[in-house]
Amino acid sequence: MSGRHLPRAAGLLALVLAACALPFVMTNFRLFQFSQVYIYAIAILGLNMLTGYNGQFSLGHGAFYAIGAYVSAIMMDRWNIAYGWTIPVAGVLCLIVGFLFGLPALRLEGLYLALATFSLALAVPQILKYFEHWTGGSQGIVLSKPNAPFGLKLNPDQWLYFVTLGVLVLLFWLGANLLRGRVGRAIVAIRDNHIAAEAMGINTALYKSLVFGVSAAYTGVAGALSASVIAYVAPDSFNVFLSVTLLIGSVIGGLASISGAVFGALFIQFVPNWAQDISKAAPWAIFGVFLIGFMYLMPFGIAGGIRLLWIRATRSRAQQAGRSAVPTQAHTTT
Amino acid sequence: MDIFIQQVVSGLATGGIYASLALALVMIYQATDVVNFAQGELAMFATYICWSFINAGFKYWVAFLFTLAIAFVGGVVIERVLIRPVESAPILSIVMVTLGLLVICNSVAGWIWTYVQKPFPSPFSANPFKFGNIVFGAHDLGQIEVTLLVLLCIYLFFRFTPLGLAMRAAAHNPVSSRLVGIRVGWMLALGWGLAAVFGAVAGMMVAPVLTLEPNLMGGVQIYAFAAATLGGFTSPGGAVLGGFIVGVVENLVGTYVSFIGTELKFTVALAMIIVVLLVKPTGLFGSSVVKRV
Amino acid sequence: MTALLDVQALEAFYGRTKALHGVSFSMAKGGITTILGANGAGKTTTLRAISRMVRTNGTIRFEGEALDRKATEDVVQLGIAHAPEGRGTFVHLTVEENLRLGAWARRERGGLRDDFDRVFGYFPVLRERRRQAAGTLSGGEQQMLAVARALMLRPRLLLLDEPSLGLAPLVVREIFRILRTINQTGVSILLVEQNAALALDLADHVFLLETGRVVMEGPSDVLRRDDAIRRAYLGY
Repeated sequence: MSGRHLPRAAGLLALVLAACALPFVMTNFRLFQFSQVYIYAIAILGLNMLTGYNGQFSLGHGAFYAIGAYVSAIMMDRWNIAYGWTIPVAGVLCLIVGFLFGLPALRLEGLYLALATFSLALAVPQILKYFEHWTGGSQGIVLSKPNAPFGLKLNPDQWLYFVTLGVLVLLFWLGANLLRGRVGRAIVAIRDNHIAAEAMGINTALYKSLVFGVSAAYTGVAGALSASVIAYVAPDSFNVFLSVTLLIGSVIGGLASISGAVFGALFIQFVPNWAQDISKAAPWAIFGVFLIGFMYLMPFGIAGGIRLLWIRATRSRAQQAGRSAVPTQAHTTT
Repeated sequence: MDIFIQQVVSGLATGGIYASLALALVMIYQATDVVNFAQGELAMFATYICWSFINAGFKYWVAFLFTLAIAFVGGVVIERVLIRPVESAPILSIVMVTLGLLVICNSVAGWIWTYVQKPFPSPFSANPFKFGNIVFGAHDLGQIEVTLLVLLCIYLFFRFTPLGLAMRAAAHNPVSSRLVGIRVGWMLALGWGLAAVFGAVAGMMVAPVLTLEPNLMGGVQIYAFAAATLGGFTSPGGAVLGGFIVGVVENLVGTYVSFIGTELKFTVALAMIIVVLLVKPTGLFGSSVVKRV
Repeated sequence: MTALLDVQALEAFYGRTKALHGVSFSMAKGGITTILGANGAGKTTTLRAISRMVRTNGTIRFEGEALDRKATEDVVQLGIAHAPEGRGTFVHLTVEENLRLGAWARRERGGLRDDFDRVFGYFPVLRERRRQAAGTLSGGEQQMLAVARALMLRPRLLLLDEPSLGLAPLVVREIFRILRTINQTGVSILLVEQNAALALDLADHVFLLETGRVVMEGPSDVLRRDDAIRRAYLGY
């Protein structure tokens, strides 16, 4: 690893270690909330790949979340398969479904893709209720939280916290490698000028569909994890509101950003609670105010805001040193 | 046959509501590329304001007109105060602001007027119209009249007045508009004001049917999206026609196709959206934007 | 005598990039001035600076009044009409609607009928096509429409950006002939052109821009005979 990356790697390691220490100081409920944050972060990273890096608007990612959750739930409930296996299966299944969905989506741009995904998101609860033989209909499926393996002295909430943290670290590491390399550059090129990208020899159709697949896989894995963490799946939890929430998390965190996914997840998990604390009577009004306020202050998301501050700080330092710094016009943040 | 005509008329009535809301959505989209997700909630809020006037003793049509005026001013203020600060931000960020507005409206309405359903009066007589063997609800007919009247006024405004021309120009080519001295920002604000008026009309017409509560316009907004998709998001006339078509199709399918009861009617709207997007995304009357490379 | 237009030390920026580096010139009332230069010299930017469409430093005075703090819409109201690069036609609106919009900012209301008559007098083909969508007009007709729309303002200064671009020579000659007539009615013209021969023929004063700086200026009949200009811009 080059010298430039060492400080960042050390910082990330410190964060992960700190995160590992939390189960021993926090209540089970807090751990549950943070597990939920990690799950949302994975889902939002998936959405970021598609909408932020690749420019395909999705208002329907809740559908992939639902597929992942139900695949996991049905496997555990019907066929007694251990939760651990259900997660990669959900991921692979969503990869395929997402890729297949990406193919007709190639014909739709911007607003029209948003409308199509929005409509699908609206239909999800009804479809889930319709196939009640598999999904248990409106009642949903009740599951039990897994116990820690190898007799580790952890309660289910603590164990699940480590599981979600582990999956988060793995998927984020994979995602970072993907998005910061050639593939990532191709994906961004397609977003910024797909005609030029095509002219440069990038197979835009293949890449766009693949990104859809990978994006769906990430969100599907998140859904599968949530089935275990919440220990319950029901159609009404996967309504259009979930898709919108994921999109809010994505934009608030920073669309073309990996760290933004975590910021966004923190926002959608905790701000509604704060809003309730501030006003019992109209909590969503407070949430709306937060939402609008964040967009005024940081139109490029939290990650974008941090990057702008960093540029200003380094630019003024460089100017003081007598040189003029040329700020980079990168389209992505980290 | 009689039932068919009745259902068509009934469909046109609800279609008029979808047309009004769809027109509001398309007007703002054409000028700014932003879909105002809060359009339905703003309409609901305006309807509550009308309800408050009526409750305070005002006559229906007086309350109606006051509400339209307030909705117009509200729309203008929202554009200047809430949207203008973020107008150069990425599209999704502006959409987030409209989402924020949506939840604020919904929540504040529930807080002020509670979530208890309130009956909303219809200004039309309760006696149905009889035309031979066919029975038409007075409210349905009245609804169609009001919608058509509003649409006619708007058409005349845009077609024949200087301000209407300036607004069309500003939506179509803001740069050239500035070069002829049009204050494009204010034209946008006026557009939001008019959109709010259409929304208010839709809300006040549908409230007697669905009863007034904060989630009044949720379903209607979905149908409005279907209407705008069908007609074309780049065509105001198309959106209006799309609204009437969606209304009629919804009613006819609900009546004649047996396994689609009232709950699955919603799915019809979604199916329409998907089909249109697969076949011709820009809708019946929309045109695709030709991009120069 | 106050100059009609007086520009001093004008700098113009696109974002952080500086496109004009201290341009200074004056225009007398009633004249035709042309700005010549190669692609990228800053000619269009100069017009945009006057119309307040780009960020600037320096002073711009129109009939003594400073324009620096004004918005585009205000500048139009002062009587400066700008026919931009690419014509800027409202393609979905009719020819008549385009012309009507030209008169939007006019201080003196009324008299639209006279303006229409005058403009159709200059460009009869527009009268024939008055109810057609402007986007269906040919390039030459759209250029005529752009000039006509600018004239509907009853401007005191007409800013014209490359009217000859993409047009057949006969059409261009016709347009330039009409520009001379328009000028004789008292409308001052600031013309940006790449076609140096035509511009030098029409204008009485010339500025030559090179990478954002004025490198030469003077009366057009003097500059027309200058060797450097002849070789670089007139091709002989």
